[in-house]
Amino acid sequence: MSKTRPEKKKWDVSDIQKWGPGRHEKGATIPESGNAQDYKTGGWRSERPRRDREKCNDCMICFFACPDSSIRVENDKMVDIDLDHCKGCGICAQVCPRDAIEMMNEIKACKLEEK
Amino acid sequence: MARKAITGNGAIALALKQVEPDVMAAYPITPQTEIAQNYAQFVADGAVKTEYIPVESEHSAMSAAIGSCAAGARTFTATSSQGFALMWEMLFIAASLRLPLTMPVITRALSGPINIHCDHSDSMGGRDCGWIQLYGEGAQEGYDNAIQAFRIAEHMEVRLPVMTMIDGFIISGAIGPVETLEDDEVKKFVGEYTTLNPLLNVANPVTVGAFDSLGGWYFEHKVAQNRAMDNAMKVIEEVGKDFGSLSGREYSHFKTHMIEDAEIVLVAIGSAAGNVKTMVDTLRAEGKKVGMLKVRTFRPFPYEQIRQALSNACVIGVMDRSDSYGAQGGPLFTEISAAMFGGETRPKMFNFIYGLGGRDIFPDDIRGAVETLEQAAAGEQVSQTRHYLNVREG
Amino acid sequence: MAKPKEIANRPERLTGGHRLCAGCGAPINVRQVMSVCPGPAVVSVATGCLEVSTTIYPYTAWRDSMIHSAFENASATISGVETAYRALKKQGKVKEDMYFVAFGGDGGTYDIGLQSLSGAVERGHNFVYVCYDNGAYMNTGFQRSSATPCGAWTTTSPVGKEAAGKQQNRKDLTAILVAHDIPYAATASPHNFKDLMNKAEKAFTTPGPAFLNVISPCPRGWRTPGDQTIALAKEAVQSCYWPLYEVEYGKYKINYKPKGDKKTPVADWMKKQGRFAHLFKPGNEALLEDIQAYIDRKWEELLKKEECL
Repeated sequence: MSKTRPEKKKWDVSDIQKWGPGRHEKGATIPESGNAQDYKTGGWRSERPRRDREKCNDCMICFFACPDSSIRVENDKMVDIDLDHCKGCGICAQVCPRDAIEMMNEIKACKLEEK
Repeated sequence: MARKAITGNGAIALALKQVEPDVMAAYPITPQTEIAQNYAQFVADGAVKTEYIPVESEHSAMSAAIGSCAAGARTFTATSSQGFALMWEMLFIAASLRLPLTMPVITRALSGPINIHCDHSDSMGGRDCGWIQLYGEGAQEGYDNAIQAFRIAEHMEVRLPVMTMIDGFIISGAIGPVETLEDDEVKKFVGEYTTLNPLLNVANPVTVGAFDSLGGWYFEHKVAQNRAMDNAMKVIEEVGKDFGSLSGREYSHFKTHMIEDAEIVLVAIGSAAGNVKTMVDTLRAEGKKVGMLKVRTFRPFPYEQIRQALSNACVIGVMDRSDSYGAQGGPLFTEISAAMFGGETRPKMFNFIYGLGGRDIFPDDIRGAVETLEQAAAGEQVSQTRHYLNVREG
Repeated sequence: MAKPKEIANRPERLTGGHRLCAGCGAPINVRQVMSVCPGPAVVSVATGCLEVSTTIYPYTAWRDSMIHSAFENASATISGVETAYRALKKQGKVKEDMYFVAFGGDGGTYDIGLQSLSGAVERGHNFVYVCYDNGAYMNTGFQRSSATPCGAWTTTSPVGKEAAGKQQNRKDLTAILVAHDIPYAATASPHNFKDLMNKAEKAFTTPGPAFLNVISPCPRGWRTPGDQTIALAKEAVQSCYWPLYEVEYGKYKINYKPKGDKKTPVADWMKKQGRFAHLFKPGNEALLEDIQAYIDRKWEELLKKEECL
């Protein structure tokens, strides 16, 4: 299958709170695919995965084990973790055979980031 | 145009063959079976391009029809009675997904006790599931409605499923004369199918049947559904007029017979309208001011037009072929009563329930009903609103 | 099958931003299955956790077209979609090759959706049915299903003076599908993603219906930490609670055979889950033995099937 899929129609729901009956698609169809990407579940997290680039050998085990499609891979490499959607379940750290991912308290991680 | 001697089911199967939808999903049930098997034969003979899904139940018939229609294919099914009841859950979903399915319903009593003969318990029970409902009197109307259903359902201001009823056995199994159109006339009349957000559009995948719960827009979707019903009022009439230009048989929401000066009006639906009309003619010959209104569109219900049509009546007798347990009367009675409540003068209203489980209705039963209405018209006290015709009271 | 790295480069078919619980097994299974789908797909999902959490209006996590209509009819619904596809393809109105897949939980598959699945498989629709088996009706708050293992606590197989959780063994759903003479049926586990994806690819490319039964640990219902999902799936396989096998046109092949000590006691796996906690109080030893005996009997049966069939 080709890597680039056809461009999708963007469905603007920015003011959907105001929408009356006539504004929705008939039958409540969602006319766009994958727009849950716009919904951030990162706020659920109490622990944050942090990867040690040195230890990681891009084996992809964490990629296939992630429930939230949050291991970002480009050109055969694990590039980073999508913290907008990662819920902090810790599976990636648990399955990593090289202990390259550790879970850190989210508040501590935020503070570290601020520094 | 041809004139054929054909059963009601045969006429409907023929109409569907002439429309030649993309997909049919059906499960056999008495008295609808003939439609499923006739159509299966058309498919086996290569007479239609339709793909036939011989499902394992009516629940799956409606589910498969929903999948097919949402995918972007013109789709139909057909059912009766228990099959209709088994589809129940999916009927609401088909309507709320705004899928333009069509479905002939060959009306039959619901169990129990199990009974395979005609009454309107099935379709009337489904009156609030969000489908447009058109009732036909005979095989001709069954044929004509089955064709018009596609145009109505698929209209962009409607996009709602349509069920078309004929009476089980009485019409479905009886051979009678039916004027049929040519295949190309039917195809031209229904036109090309227009899809809306189809699942099979690879360039633009969609999600159908999303979860919309507390805090969401469920309420707005429901209001949109009812507004589509409002739009259907107009569309049903437009399509009925167009069909008239094509076939010479014009359709509206209802038909009247001798009601202009009628003091007493009988309201009927389905095959019994023919019996009532005959009795009206007999009574007119006796000098009685009696008329009839035959309902075709039950959902959306044409309140305004019916109120106007019946505005001169003093007494109205509504004939129901199904009962509504614990209600003031049958489904048609409550609708007509609601319609008349908004009028300037309110006629006296009575309900006559007849024909449950296929019980025959005789001319004298109708005459008896009119006699009751005459008593009321004369100012005599009639003790009850709801009457049962031709029931044993031993 | 392509190398996992190549597969990982492909566009995601299920996006983040869905609202399944942290650590849920279902989206892991969905991602692995969809990652090897050879072309655009239409997905039919039975009512359940996966459906309600991935399509909260106005958001959808599905990159392919998705339809949900009800609980018991994911198979009937997809059979309608697949038939529409054949009808429109024949007429030249659809050009692309497309794939059809249905997902249901064990409630929507073993129980209420079994008739619809059986009908669709018998009719031979070209689709893949994936059951993500988490062993109970998790979406409504942990009620027993016919896939719930014996001894497990659920809210409708509760623990009390007269009962220690569910009293019955599981239904062998995969065997029921095999009895349909289905072209391809397999069990899989997300811990062995290569095996799972290999089977999913076979399922997609096999003409006619195919069935995958995948174990899907549920942290909430199993009463387990969210990060243990994959570990628990692995141990389910090692204990032979969830053997990995595939059946192609009636021919059995076991994909993983733990030898000797490698076959771990099922109690070790159960001990890690809160839903079995009551079984480890004194007095339930006999029940634990029965459960182990059942697992062993089914495993032996499977070995024989592989040998004979």
